Amino acid sequence: MASINLNTVVKRYGKTEVVHGINLDIAHNEFVVLVGPSGCGKSTTLRMIAGLEDISGGEIRIGDVLVNDLPPRKRNISMVFQNYALYPHMSVRENLGFGLKIAKRPPDEIVRRVDEAADILGLTELMERTPAELSGGQRQRVAMGRAIVRQPGAFLFDEPLSNLDAKLRVQMRTEIKKLHQKVKTTVVYVTHDQVEAMTLADRIVVMKDGHIEQVGTPMEVFNHPVNTFVASFIGSPPMNLVPARIAGGEVVLADDTRLPVPGRLAGRVTDGQEVILGIRPDDMTPVGHGIHDSGEGAMLSLPVELAELLGTETLIYTRLAGQEAQGKMFDPRDVEPGEVLEFRVALDKVHLFDAGTGRSVRLD
Amino acid sequence: MSGALKKRLSKIATWIATFLLMIVMGVPGLWVVLSAFRPNREIMAKPAIWIPENPTFSNFAAIFGFGDAQVAIPVLSYFTNSMIIASTSTVIALMIGMSGGYAFARFRFRFKNSLFLGLMLSRAVPGIALSLPVFMIWSKLGLIDAKLGMIIVYVALNVPFTIWLIDGFFRQIPKEMNEAAQVDGCTRWQAFWRIEFPLARSGIAAAGVFAFLTSWNEYALASQLTRSTDSKTLPVGLMDFTAQFTIDWAGMCAMAVIIIVPALILTFLVQKHLIAGLTFGGVKG
Ligand SMILES: Nc1ncnc2c1ncn2[C@@H]1O[C@H](COP(=O)(O)OP(=O)(O)OP(=O)(O)O)[C@@H](O)[C@H]1O
Ligand SMILES: [Mg+2]
Repeated sequence: MASINLNTVVKRYGKTEVVHGINLDIAHNEFVVLVGPSGCGKSTTLRMIAGLEDISGGEIRIGDVLVNDLPPRKRNISMVFQNYALYPHMSVRENLGFGLKIAKRPPDEIVRRVDEAADILGLTELMERTPAELSGGQRQRVAMGRAIVRQPGAFLFDEPLSNLDAKLRVQMRTEIKKLHQKVKTTVVYVTHDQVEAMTLADRIVVMKDGHIEQVGTPMEVFNHPVNTFVASFIGSPPMNLVPARIAGGEVVLADDTRLPVPGRLAGRVTDGQEVILGIRPDDMTPVGHGIHDSGEGAMLSLPVELAELLGTETLIYTRLAGQEAQGKMFDPRDVEPGEVLEFRVALDKVHLFDAGTGRSVRLD
Repeated sequence: MSGALKKRLSKIATWIATFLLMIVMGVPGLWVVLSAFRPNREIMAKPAIWIPENPTFSNFAAIFGFGDAQVAIPVLSYFTNSMIIASTSTVIALMIGMSGGYAFARFRFRFKNSLFLGLMLSRAVPGIALSLPVFMIWSKLGLIDAKLGMIIVYVALNVPFTIWLIDGFFRQIPKEMNEAAQVDGCTRWQAFWRIEFPLARSGIAAAGVFAFLTSWNEYALASQLTRSTDSKTLPVGLMDFTAQFTIDWAGMCAMAVIIIVPALILTFLVQKHLIAGLTFGGVKG
């Protein structure tokens, strides 16, 4: 149980700086997910917290202890690796108990705590097997068991589910969530899967190119992305982003399509400003098939290029001001390619970003 | 011809080929072993006698100085020398090979690739080509006819290979194993001994056997650098059986058996590791 604080943390490999002075405060028992595209520095950040990479600048504190120069074993953390890194020459029982054995805990305590962890993770039947005799999901569970047995101050996860097939991934995701509720501990979890981030996190940290773009609850990050990067990264299918210009209180698209500037953003834009209009597919729905049918709205007639039935909804590929865009039809009916549909855009959900900086106009 | 029959025939052909090959390779060895148990007269007989007609241990007795020895040979000293030189140089080569192999597999440092290439290239130079310079330096240092001198030479001879082999094994072990152990509470040193060393054990054992056999069987350099019972090794000792006009084939064969047996025993003891080691398996999961 520990808080984790990163203060202007920098990582350099030789002359190249890959993490540029990031600040992050993680509360005691909080589940924080670092998410971002490949190469953005998530793993590097996590490994600096773990003590597996040197910190080139700044400070990291775990439970108020400055850990910059402490080796991993003195940081009171445990880690689950992407490839699990189970010890192949040890049984599941030995894998789980290894940390306690190194810490010279008495044998009866080791047995008790290992059995406890095995029970939580449903490993009791597998204790005498070696890692080679386990399935992917079971290995994953042993790796988590090894992490919880030691009852550390914080768990660090580096893409723990990325080696599992889609179905198992969803299942293990739920198990990790449950585990966190059972074993209250601070968690820092790295993934590049935004669905994992949304479902698991108390707070999401969106990273890009060694910078933190936004920190917030899943709701905040989803509903109020601070810039076009976060807007397009979080949410699936991604937000439609269309270049536009403000003229006479309207948002004017390239093909002269006009939408009113949403009321809540009216004071935030100036005439002649180049902007990017952001509309989530969920907020662009054929009339009568939406979920936000009250409030401010605007109508657009758009042709269907392709319709994908997903079950309770249909994803509609269309073209907005010459650009590919997606809308959603809830409670779907059959639609044919070429059909022109009247879409209702929920204006109170629409985003506007400055075209130059990419920042949400809400923030200026 | 049906497919199954074809397959069967090709299998049989493979067996015959293997068998012929084994005979070609094995016959000289077999001849030596058989000859160790018969008198000189029978060895020289024409036509050749294969199965000893009067099997005897007298050749062995003879070289240990019992019975009617043609040549008295200090086999026991040679054996001890060989044992000391081969074991010590193997242990040292393994220690260097483990440290070096680990460093090459895990750490980044300057000139790493050139250094590695240099080590490999040193294998391209035949040892005997260096015997003259080594001889001159050793004689200045007083290392001629000393076990220490031979140990140093054999360590140098074996280190590139042990580093190369062991490097390959450590490279196979994901570095996350070590990191997981460190997070689990180990120092780097503990992580090495408890996780990486056991996983690379087969490779280290294989490297050890190779190093030992190289030192145990080496003749060319030893024949230059050793003189007396202080340092002469078994292969060099074999030459004691050649007098100016005669060669004691029987004694020589008996001694050859004495050289072969420990090597066989060693190989047999670690064969499990050797096979795992040579097939580079065992670190999955
Ligand atoms: N040992 C290294 N030497 C030099 N550069 C490195 C090293 N390790 C990582 N990098 C660089 O640092 C950056 C961040 O890498 P990092 O592994 O943290 O990315 P990541 O966000 O975890 O990506 P992924 O989702 O692909 O795992 C990358 O640009 C990478 O090329
Ligand atoms: Mg990564």
